[in-house]
Amino acid sequence: MPIEYYIFLCLTLFSIGVIGVLTRRNAIIVFMCIELMLNAVNMLLVAFSKMNYATAQTITPNTTAGIDAQIFVFFIMVVAAAEVSIGLAIIVMIYRNTHSIDINFLNRLKN
Amino acid sequence: MKILVAFIILWPLAGFLFNGLGRNYWSKKVIAYKATGYIVASFIASIFVFLHVQDHGAVMVHYFDFIHTNTLTIPFDFKVDALSSLFLLVITGVGSLIHLYSTAYMQEESAPHYARYFAYLNLFIFSMLLLVLGDNYIIMFMGWEGVGLCSYLLIGYWFSNGNYNYAAKKAFIMNRIGDLGFLLAIFWLIAKLGTVSYSEVLTAESLAKLSSADITGITLLLFVGAMGKSAQIPLFTWLPDAMAGPTPVSALIHAATMVTAGIYMITRSNILFSHSEITQNIVAIIGISTALLAATIAIKQNDIKKVLAYSTVSQLGYMFLGLGVGAYSGAVFHVITHAFFKALLFLGAGSVIHAMHHEQDIRKMGGLKSKLPITHITFLIGCIAIAGVPPFSGFFSKDEILAAAFEKNKIYWVLGLVGAAMTAFYMFRLYATTFLGKFRGSNEQEAHLHESPLAMTLPLIVLAILSAVGGAIGIPHIMGGHHWLTGQLSSIVSTPQETHLAVSTEWILMGVSVAIAAIALLIALSRYSKQTDEEPSSAIGKFFYHKWYIDELYQKAIIEPLNKFALFLKEFIEKKVIDGAVNGTGKLVQFSARKVRLIQNGQAGYYILFMVLGIITLFLFWFNDISILRFIYTLTH
Repeated sequence: MPIEYYIFLCLTLFSIGVIGVLTRRNAIIVFMCIELMLNAVNMLLVAFSKMNYATAQTITPNTTAGIDAQIFVFFIMVVAAAEVSIGLAIIVMIYRNTHSIDINFLNRLKN
Repeated sequence: MKILVAFIILWPLAGFLFNGLGRNYWSKKVIAYKATGYIVASFIASIFVFLHVQDHGAVMVHYFDFIHTNTLTIPFDFKVDALSSLFLLVITGVGSLIHLYSTAYMQEESAPHYARYFAYLNLFIFSMLLLVLGDNYIIMFMGWEGVGLCSYLLIGYWFSNGNYNYAAKKAFIMNRIGDLGFLLAIFWLIAKLGTVSYSEVLTAESLAKLSSADITGITLLLFVGAMGKSAQIPLFTWLPDAMAGPTPVSALIHAATMVTAGIYMITRSNILFSHSEITQNIVAIIGISTALLAATIAIKQNDIKKVLAYSTVSQLGYMFLGLGVGAYSGAVFHVITHAFFKALLFLGAGSVIHAMHHEQDIRKMGGLKSKLPITHITFLIGCIAIAGVPPFSGFFSKDEILAAAFEKNKIYWVLGLVGAAMTAFYMFRLYATTFLGKFRGSNEQEAHLHESPLAMTLPLIVLAILSAVGGAIGIPHIMGGHHWLTGQLSSIVSTPQETHLAVSTEWILMGVSVAIAAIALLIALSRYSKQTDEEPSSAIGKFFYHKWYIDELYQKAIIEPLNKFALFLKEFIEKKVIDGAVNGTGKLVQFSARKVRLIQNGQAGYYILFMVLGIITLFLFWFNDISILRFIYTLTH
């Protein structure tokens, strides 16, 4: 499959994520949209590393080029999982304090 | 010689410093003796220098280099030749008489002001000497500015009177206009010749380097300078207003210093002037127009000093006519005789004003003949001299100019004669109204009438003698004289004027001018010895009485537009444009801040929105060329 397809898919996912963050008020959904953006970028990383590997393979068949990026993606996913747990914990705490997860109420830091 | 020449000029400077710095310490007597003494000392030194020049020719003294650059050196040199030594004598001679006179005339002033007066007076003489002695145009210009400054200080001497200050400012500003012309001429000379020394500028080699346009331009600019200083059309209105100063100052300005500077400058540069036909014609035309214009005004004035002031303007016009027609020595001759009789007339007028308790209106005088005998006689001699009655001095000098004018252009001569007739008329109108008839002032004034003290009458007598016999220095050949003055100036004046007129023609010219002057004189005497002028009723009389409305014209044509322009600059450019720009910047910042800070509303969503917009903008800027478009293109194909 040509690389463009991956790029289009990632761009679309990323844009959905951005628009979701901008338009939704529910903190959970905003959080999910952020994850969507993160994973869109992650997928792009995998796609580029595969493309890199394919190009290198035509020159040297036993190459390992692009392998590191594939591994890196797992690290990112691990870190993202940790971040999600913290983020969800924060949202839970906010909910306990305000009985709402509407981010428009999260302007207490103003002034 | 170097020291002697330096003495001439340092004495008045010493007097200035002495009186100026010590004005609070010395008594009036000390001030008077010192101030007068310094000028007399300068006069004596001048006599020695004059005699030396007579025997040994011109003296050049070098003191130091005033300005020294790679391309231009201006030495501080003095040059005493026939022309400047004559001027030295006139300036210091008449100057010391005026100082002597002032010691009595200014007696009413308190000691500090008395000292201030004499300090200015000494500085005036100093500046004038600097002007005359310098060997280049820069030194002349320094003196030139000096006399301008001193005239300002002395005209505004009674500084508590606002009108006098106004007159002082007027004199200064009018002079500045002329000075600009002079300065430009100097720059032009430096640009073309790289030197300003007379001995280098006024030579055939220098003339060869200058095109005729250069010469015309330089001489016209020099003439603009002379116009300002010597009160010619259109810059003459300051001189009558200069009457605001004390009367001896008027005498000094009108006779010995200041107004003669222009004549001196043109005579000094006569080589340049005689190479420009255009300039000469302009000088002559302006001269004769000034002579006539001022004479018509003088006929209708009722202030004793104003009449004399306009008469000075008129006589200066004659001198410029002389310069214009190439009669340089005639012009210098008239400067000298004019210095005698105009100083005499002003000092006489001062004596009258002194006696009349500061009354200057001649309609309130009359019959002063018996009360002020010495003043009367001397004043009469002055009037006769200026009217051009032989054998008094004015006759010879004026006739010389008129003869030269006749030779050049008959129209100048006819106009000159008309002016001469008017001169005789207004002078004797002044004399008759002041001294003849009955006293018309108040009783109090009549009781106070007295002859002035010796310090005032002595200068009058000396000047009267000089006015009477001063013509002896220039008795024309046809009268059996040998015209000493022309011989003197032959080394200075490039083209010695030679009268090509037949002897009989010259006699006829003289006869005509004397006859006309005599008729005008007799008419004035018979008309004004019993009565005075009423307020003028005819249109032309009013026109002359109001001085051709020239002040009003300047007011309307120059001063008011300038004031309006200044007001426009102040009200519009300054307040609206400049202040507007400054305040506008501040207001713009405040206004935009008020609007922009609404964005910071604490809503996280907005912040993120702007963050995203910011990133998009940043990307667009980052790939602000075709590459991003190309990238998108490759994606879609």
